[in-house]
Amino acid sequence: MSATVGPPAAGPRTARSARRAARRADAAGSAVGSRPNYLAGAGAFLWLCVVGLPVYVMLGASVRTKPDYTAGGPLSLPGTFGFGAFTRDFSSGFGRYFLNTAVVTVSVVAIVLLLVPPLAFAIVRNRGRATSGVFRLFLLGLAVPAQAVIVPMFYLISKAGLYDNLIGVILPTAAFCLPVCALILTGTMRDIGAELFEAMAIDGADTRRVFFQLVLPLSRGGLSTIVVFSALQAWNGFLFPLVLTQSESSKVLTLGLYNFQTQYGTDIPALLAAVVLSTVPVLLVYLFARRALVQGLMGVGGK
Amino acid sequence: MTPAQPDMTAPGPGATSAATGADSGSGSGSGSGGTRRRALRGDRSRGGAGRGAGGPARRSAAARGTARPGIGWALPAVVFFGLFALVPLVMVAVLSFTSWSGLGSPSFAGLTNWTKLFHDPVMIQSLWLSVLLTGLGVVVQTPLSILIGVWAAGPQRGRAVLAAVFFVPLLLSVTAVSVLWRALLDPNFGVPAQARWLFGDGDLFGSRTGAIGVLVLVSAWQYTPLHSLIYQGATRAIPKVLYQAAAVDGAGRVRQFFHITLPQLRNAIVTSVILMVVGGLTTFDSVLILTQGGPGTDTTITAFYMYEKAFKSFDYGAGAAIALLLVVVATAISLVVVRLSGYDRMAGTQEGLS
Repeated sequence: MSATVGPPAAGPRTARSARRAARRADAAGSAVGSRPNYLAGAGAFLWLCVVGLPVYVMLGASVRTKPDYTAGGPLSLPGTFGFGAFTRDFSSGFGRYFLNTAVVTVSVVAIVLLLVPPLAFAIVRNRGRATSGVFRLFLLGLAVPAQAVIVPMFYLISKAGLYDNLIGVILPTAAFCLPVCALILTGTMRDIGAELFEAMAIDGADTRRVFFQLVLPLSRGGLSTIVVFSALQAWNGFLFPLVLTQSESSKVLTLGLYNFQTQYGTDIPALLAAVVLSTVPVLLVYLFARRALVQGLMGVGGK
Repeated sequence: MTPAQPDMTAPGPGATSAATGADSGSGSGSGSGGTRRRALRGDRSRGGAGRGAGGPARRSAAARGTARPGIGWALPAVVFFGLFALVPLVMVAVLSFTSWSGLGSPSFAGLTNWTKLFHDPVMIQSLWLSVLLTGLGVVVQTPLSILIGVWAAGPQRGRAVLAAVFFVPLLLSVTAVSVLWRALLDPNFGVPAQARWLFGDGDLFGSRTGAIGVLVLVSAWQYTPLHSLIYQGATRAIPKVLYQAAAVDGAGRVRQFFHITLPQLRNAIVTSVILMVVGGLTTFDSVLILTQGGPGTDTTITAFYMYEKAFKSFDYGAGAAIALLLVVVATAISLVVVRLSGYDRMAGTQEGLS
């Protein structure tokens, strides 16, 4: 569906300028004879408040002192300004959680990038019965929620001696990214024209060269989407770390937030400062790579 | 139609340079008439099949010429996925017939877990609660996200900017959102403590209605942007001709919305509702953080009950049985997803146009 609106980033300048021209034409077309919609404007403003107030409370509280927050309440204007809340977070171990989350995220993305492109290549280009079976397997995999396998996962990871080890979080997290990533990337690779493969064949290229010189460069849009998708899954993951880790040294951010809330529930500025900390990297990606992030967040929903 | 020769030789050098230059746009442009026609039709899914249409001679030439990856390319991913997703899936079925406390090895217990489960009032209630929360989520989020999505699809610059702001809740993890709202609605330090006239005693988490309301509100706050994005894309794909025709017929804004926009969004609604249902049935993090399943067991939904049984009461057999139940429900729904997102969906709303 969204493919008709915004084609994958692979088709560069021409597609983009065409899109821009189309948008301009749209604007010109509908600007004629349409009055401003005040009711919709009011509704949008209302929703802006619904979205904005909690975000304001989060940002506001993170720079306030605890007594100021308690006295004024969440919605009042900050009477103090400082980064004490952030300092308290770091002294209670959030630096460590941050690092652990980064390790998990990078490893999950690496595993996904190693496994999914060859898989999608085989699914798209090998027309055997076995590969279509593989594709159906991953489609069914979409249906399996992490909650469903958490009990045997706990059993397996404990038996493998990986309990309370970041590797034990990384492996299942990566595995559960595979179905969506495979679906996204096969979609991108299907768009590569058959005549390009034929041309490569005439040049005498073997499978490996076709993969590295044709398929990978032309799948950049899909690749960036799966990187962002799996990075988000890993960064925001909660259930696997909750069940598969225990000690302070292998705690990730989301778990840190949860524990912080149950243990120091009254230091709300520090708690919300931790929420801000955990969101900063995602926010940065949003500012600089919005398109890839939006597509990564949508996962299969956008297809 | 002539067989392979002209089609194969003509685009050779052009297409190769396009491939190394990684430019798909000029790649299809420099192709032969056949390629261009295929591109014009916009039929990308049948791009491969179209090659076969030239006759058997052409197909065999292509098959001989192109290097095709063997199944070995898929093997690492399949093994990895099998090990960490499929093996546990089989094991969950096995474990549901055993009794295991986390120590030692599981011992066979027959149907004990299952019979206990079906006589467990909390379990039955949790299923109803899951369905209730999912249903409420769909009812609250669908109209909201349709309105926002259709609004954001407008060409105005201000709308694009606001839509980018509306997106922010989706950037936070479920954990972060739940922690934020828990702090916001805290009975002692949150908004309810400041606005007693509105919230009464201020303890939203203390009553069944309040707790369910909070869960619905928080998930709507987080996921409405996702669904409005789906509707925004779908609205932009609606052919302008339809609106122009309606305007000529004198239809106003409201009638255009109900008679053009809404019917044209049918597929998007199906997609979005299915995503909501699957997401709603597996909700876990927000319940754990916001209500802990309480007050009492009033918000103990199935996924949360599974966690409690296995990892709090150390009855892993019962936990596995509940998990299996979840898989069955989720699989049934996902089969519907696959069916509905297939090719039959593509033609749907564009009938009679062109």
